[in-house]
Amino acid sequence: MKRGLRLLAALGGWVLDRCHEVGGMTLLCAYVGWSLLRGRLDGRELVRNLYKMGVVSVPIVALTALFTGGIMVIQSGIFVRRFQAYGLLGWGSGFAVFREVGPILIGLMFSGRVGANNAAELGTMVVTEQVDGLRALAIDPIPFLIVPRVLAMMLAMFCLLVLGDVIAIGGGMVFGRALLGVEFASFFASFADNVKLWDLMVGLIKGVFFGFAIAVTSCHFGLSVRGGAVGVGRAVNDAVVAAALTIMISDDILTLVLR
Amino acid sequence: MLRRVIRLSGISKRALSPRLPPILDAVGFTVAAGETCGLCGPGAAGKSVLLKILCGLIRPDAGSVEVAGVDLLQAPQKELRRVQASIGMLFQNNALFDSLTVYENVAFPLRQRALQAGERLAESELDTRVGEALRGVGLLAHGPKMPAQLSGGQRKRVALARAVAARPPIVIYDEPTAGLDPVTTAKIYDLLRRERELTSATILVVSSDIPALLGFAGRVLMLYRGRLRYDGPAGSIADSDDAVVRQFVRGDLTGPL
Repeated sequence: MKRGLRLLAALGGWVLDRCHEVGGMTLLCAYVGWSLLRGRLDGRELVRNLYKMGVVSVPIVALTALFTGGIMVIQSGIFVRRFQAYGLLGWGSGFAVFREVGPILIGLMFSGRVGANNAAELGTMVVTEQVDGLRALAIDPIPFLIVPRVLAMMLAMFCLLVLGDVIAIGGGMVFGRALLGVEFASFFASFADNVKLWDLMVGLIKGVFFGFAIAVTSCHFGLSVRGGAVGVGRAVNDAVVAAALTIMISDDILTLVLR
Repeated sequence: MLRRVIRLSGISKRALSPRLPPILDAVGFTVAAGETCGLCGPGAAGKSVLLKILCGLIRPDAGSVEVAGVDLLQAPQKELRRVQASIGMLFQNNALFDSLTVYENVAFPLRQRALQAGERLAESELDTRVGEALRGVGLLAHGPKMPAQLSGGQRKRVALARAVAARPPIVIYDEPTAGLDPVTTAKIYDLLRRERELTSATILVVSSDIPALLGFAGRVLMLYRGRLRYDGPAGSIADSDDAVVRQFVRGDLTGPL
């Protein structure tokens, strides 16, 4: 009986904690939206974050995208060979990269690099009283710290995804030629004839939403840090897990909505 | 009659867990314009929470807080911001912005206050004022450095320059010499004295360095377990009737603490 009650209490505590997190993130979204509507944004912070989150992420995203294109060709190679469907390689790779694989892999990479860094930076700012320092200077930390980060992550994801898609298709062409002997022209013709602009748009919409999700989760967990260095580590962990989960769940929903 | 700049009355703040004693329990005191008031007490006495309540960063569960004639608990957000802009605060951990240079850290409150007041601050004027503040703490040449490149004492001096750069009428120093060696401590208090003579600001200073605090403040308050145990002249605290106060100030090993 006692054990049952303890289990029930633990389950209740877990549910309450999750409600607390979801509620906190919802409030943060509302506050960010309200600040944007009122035009409260620090331009210098936006530029600084765009550089730190976008420009600095280009090499790692480019490398991820190159090998993503390669993976698409390696995986589809078995069926392409079996059914002699060499003319469909460009379409298959492009469709999958644009709609699913590109946004998800680049989103996860972006979350691991930028989201984790953002949660750690904000957490450290909380622990070292920098956020209190801002508030003591009569500066609202949301428009000053959070809004530029949210916008920067959405914009950076959009730009990185465009770049990543181009590199992934390039990578697919190179791997297709090297592994399956598909000529560049044939690959490109298959891609250009079959892949629609809407396929690219679906991926970009997903990417921007993933950028928003990564920003909100990392900012929420960063700002909620309690308990010094251990708390910062926990916040980074929670932020990355929550962002990955949000990416996966929202991807399913967006795929159903944006068919 | 001296004008009261800070007036706290019946301030209480409960701990997160109801099983723990309150952080602050019916604390009240006033600070007059231009007065230098020291605040001391053992760890977890509620000093930092009290300072954050004074700056409007934390709301108490009960009581009233009046700063510069404004009731912080009733004031609209705009009025609260105006009062916060009139307070310069030196945080225990310095709270320097890691991503900004020393120069940008000191310029930050000046820029923000000008922005809030709807004024335009020319870069040349900003340069002059930041230069003055950094020269005052002996770090004029360190402007382009990042806070991580400075020693603990230098970071404290930058934080001090930032707290006073905008010449606020109220200044709060939270542990200005925590973790510093005796020579740097003496230098910091020397800077605080010079700054006080220059601005005649109302000062509230929290410190665990009792001899230095008693030498700096004319009046001292002592908090113990969330309650105010002493409020009087710095010169008489060591002879207080309260055994807790006496033992804390003298650092005796035997006593109620």
